[in-house]
Amino acid sequence: MRFEAPETVEAAVSLMAGEPGNAQALAGGTDLLVQLKTGRVSPDLIVDLKRIPSMVAITQEDGGFRLGGAVPAADMLEDDALKAAWPGICEAAHLVGSTQVMGRASLAGNLCTSSPAADTVPAMVAASATARIVGPDGSRDLAVEDVPSGVQKNSLKKGEVVESIYLPPRPARSSDAYLRFIPRTEMDIAVVGCGVSITLDEGGIVTDAKVALGAVAITVQVVEAGAKAIIGSKLEDAALDALAAACSAACKPINDKRGTIEFRTDVAGVLAKRAAKIAYDRAAGVTA
Amino acid sequence: MPLDAQHDNHTREFKVVGTRPVRPDGLDKVTGRARYGADMSLPGMIFGEIVRANHAHAKIVKIDTSAAEALSGVHAVVTRADFPAQSDGMVDILDHCMADGEVLYDGHAVAAVAASSKALARKAAALIKVEYEVLPHVTDVDEAAKPGAPLVKQGIESNIVATHEFGHGDVEKGFTEAEVIVERSYTTEATHQGYIEPHACVATLGGDGVADIWCCTQGHFMVRNTCAAIMGMNASQIRVTASEIGGGFGGKTTVYIEPTALALSKKAGRPVKIVMNREDVFRASGPTASSSIDIKIGAKKDGTLVAGQATLRYQGGAWGGSIVDFGAMAAFACYDMPNVKAVGIDVLANRPKLAAYRAPSAPMAAFAVESAVNEMCDELGMDPLDFRLKNCARAGTKSSYGPTYGEIGLEATLEAAKAHPHWSAPLPEGQGRGIACGFWFNFGGQTSSSLNINEDGTVGLSVGTPDIGGSRAAMCQMAAEALGIPYEKVRAIVADTASLGYNDVTDGSRTTFASGLAVINSANQAVERLCERAAQTWDIPAEAVEWKDGAAHPAGANAGNFEPLSLDELAANSGSTGGPISGHCEINADGAGVSFGTHICDAEVDKETGRTTITRYTVIQDAGKAIHPDYVEGQFQGGAVQGIGWALNEEYIYGEDGRLQNAGFLDYRIPVASDLPMIDTQILEIPNPGHPYGVRGVGETPIVPPLAAVAHAITGSCGQRMRAIPMSPPKVLAAIKAAS
Repeated sequence: MRFEAPETVEAAVSLMAGEPGNAQALAGGTDLLVQLKTGRVSPDLIVDLKRIPSMVAITQEDGGFRLGGAVPAADMLEDDALKAAWPGICEAAHLVGSTQVMGRASLAGNLCTSSPAADTVPAMVAASATARIVGPDGSRDLAVEDVPSGVQKNSLKKGEVVESIYLPPRPARSSDAYLRFIPRTEMDIAVVGCGVSITLDEGGIVTDAKVALGAVAITVQVVEAGAKAIIGSKLEDAALDALAAACSAACKPINDKRGTIEFRTDVAGVLAKRAAKIAYDRAAGVTA
Repeated sequence: MPLDAQHDNHTREFKVVGTRPVRPDGLDKVTGRARYGADMSLPGMIFGEIVRANHAHAKIVKIDTSAAEALSGVHAVVTRADFPAQSDGMVDILDHCMADGEVLYDGHAVAAVAASSKALARKAAALIKVEYEVLPHVTDVDEAAKPGAPLVKQGIESNIVATHEFGHGDVEKGFTEAEVIVERSYTTEATHQGYIEPHACVATLGGDGVADIWCCTQGHFMVRNTCAAIMGMNASQIRVTASEIGGGFGGKTTVYIEPTALALSKKAGRPVKIVMNREDVFRASGPTASSSIDIKIGAKKDGTLVAGQATLRYQGGAWGGSIVDFGAMAAFACYDMPNVKAVGIDVLANRPKLAAYRAPSAPMAAFAVESAVNEMCDELGMDPLDFRLKNCARAGTKSSYGPTYGEIGLEATLEAAKAHPHWSAPLPEGQGRGIACGFWFNFGGQTSSSLNINEDGTVGLSVGTPDIGGSRAAMCQMAAEALGIPYEKVRAIVADTASLGYNDVTDGSRTTFASGLAVINSANQAVERLCERAAQTWDIPAEAVEWKDGAAHPAGANAGNFEPLSLDELAANSGSTGGPISGHCEINADGAGVSFGTHICDAEVDKETGRTTITRYTVIQDAGKAIHPDYVEGQFQGGAVQGIGWALNEEYIYGEDGRLQNAGFLDYRIPVASDLPMIDTQILEIPNPGHPYGVRGVGETPIVPPLAAVAHAITGSCGQRMRAIPMSPPKVLAAIKAAS
């Protein structure tokens, strides 16, 4: 097994593309190292991305934020502008593992691991985030929801890595929230996750929304009917009930050790209502 | 000299006992200097890896080890054929460590390899090819007990292997006298002790037939005797040293890897280290039994319990010995009942062999009985504390398992609960409050210790019971108390198997009681010898010398007028007055005192998700005497936390294929610190007459009440009665939805 730590994106791509065997990119390594230790993967090449300056930088770009592919959650949580603009994304990042894990784990790594239960993915999808993917054929931007293609499968091609995640600009009176259900309080994996992003008009009416669910299907689910249910409302009970019903209807879960189909379907609706209310209050300036 | 029997422990004033000094192992543990099982290394050491089956039940058709053996750097490969034929009672233990032609649970070891590096050992293990013939399996206790169920192993006719019955009176007659009867069924899933440190050992067996083992265990003498029997060796040929231990809770009272490490070492001629990973610990070390329990209790309208009956079915893996008898004995131990009968049925299943876990078998039985009692209270419209005060076991009560109780503290814990601010605190909207009692027998057992007075007046203490809960501190305190010297002058170690007589395992909440008794006796023997040296110095009879405040004094005016001789002076002169001064004690300790506890739990259920939050929790327990109150409180808190985990989310989840689905801490959900409020504790001290300072064991009772206390609180919060453990969110939500 070879370990490389290149200092440019081009060098990383060249290494990844040039390896005839199994090449793995290492951002924070919080999944890869566990898999190595338990013998689930045995790569021929590991390419560490953290020495690449653009991979570990948070920059403001065209009114939005660009987060390098190896920016750890802990850095995000120390960026006041980011936290103010995207509290939902930041709270999702804050749920990834322990304090120690948050010192390493990144949004792009969470996305590329392609677990249906990834916490930051529904939050990024609700935020309409895009992933900038670089590879031997150049660079492309892809909506975050289009990156995972199955359980631990994604649409990255041989030699490609996620260079950054872009969180787009949005109007005033916008905010977001992420909630997940776990039986414990931390150090756990989502049984259901829900990200909601909301924009209000001056009168407090929802003018735009995006709702995404995690852990209820093999990939993150965008619930357009849920967003429609609350657009034009002030999150009155009827709108929230319609949001919950739409979210429950969008679930295609399985029975497994973490929860039943019935449980996940019910709780998806409950979390959507609760996350929407939090996002609404944040957008309205009622809470931070 | 003063005998402790002369003291009344109800009123006695102690100098060292009951204080909270810094534990002697603390600095090592917080700085990383402590040596745990995996920290031992030896020259020439190689690494063992165990090959495990991925079937719940299968016949081993063929094992091909040739490719592994051919790999450079591989020093030994063993299968069951490399162990001597077994002729005694260790066969079940060896079978569990290494399959004998038939795989009986997912994760069952079938072969092992030792190589010059961990990576190479893992590579070699993957090269061992095992051909299986898959056989029908059963993992659920009720399924396994049914007629026609798949048989857990070949050569048996039923999965039911034993039945135990306890009780007295006539339950049929009792139920005819009852005015209210509650009859319910309960289930609990298997749980793991969840100790942080996985099993680890280094074993070396040389060409001279002499072996050394370093391992993390609750009983190194047990490791020695078990390995000697399995390997066909004499006990004197194996010396076992216990490492520091990262938790045991009963789970390190047997062997899993030590015989295999010895077999590999014997073949390789090198020391072999084996460290289990977490997945292996879950799959192939012993969890608790899972259980299915039917309870029937009858009472008069005034709340007098007249009859109780329990049928308990426990599965504890593929070898029997689910210790359901302990469950049947403990079920009604908290109650004074004229008619009581408990039947325990031991059922086999294709799961790993059960190991002890903190009050083994009692939490499930208590969950069922205490839940039924709480339901009875609702039927009667009686306060659950008053009902228990009316019916609780007291001194003179004939217990449900036979003996008549002496001085016990159950009633005192109930009175303390009633007086506790928690019980009378207003309950916030949406929360429920639960209560339950618990009992554990406690144990004495074979114990040997040795105490040496050093020439500088300090004391070296050797005990043979591994320290799993701060016992070295407690031993030092008891020695200091008996000798009349400061705590800081005593240092305790856990000595190896060659250095002391036999010691039973650290289990049964026995160590502070039994090792403590041996230490006090050792100290008293040393005091006797110190007094003899003083008598010799003063040229008076030894009977004329008494020991107080750490010095020899003439016993009264007739003995003569001498200045006291302190322990320091007697120690300094010991070389010229007859040589080293020591005390020893070898006993089979009787007189262990049962311990009772009462727990109060507040909980809030999220009615939309079924998730339970424990908002307040109080443990009240009779400790007899708390030698080091910090560690007694720690035991109360730790036991309660493990019980809360069992109640809410911990469980072994087997798939249709009989394979364990959650062999890791991500999906085997023990509580994390932020899940819980600070667990409040109240120590009661009703002295055990069987111990010089009044000690009862405290470690196990606190895991007994939480399952029912939490269930009761959940009922109070959401209105649903949960009769299946764990009360995980999907189950609670389903119950709420079914009711609405």
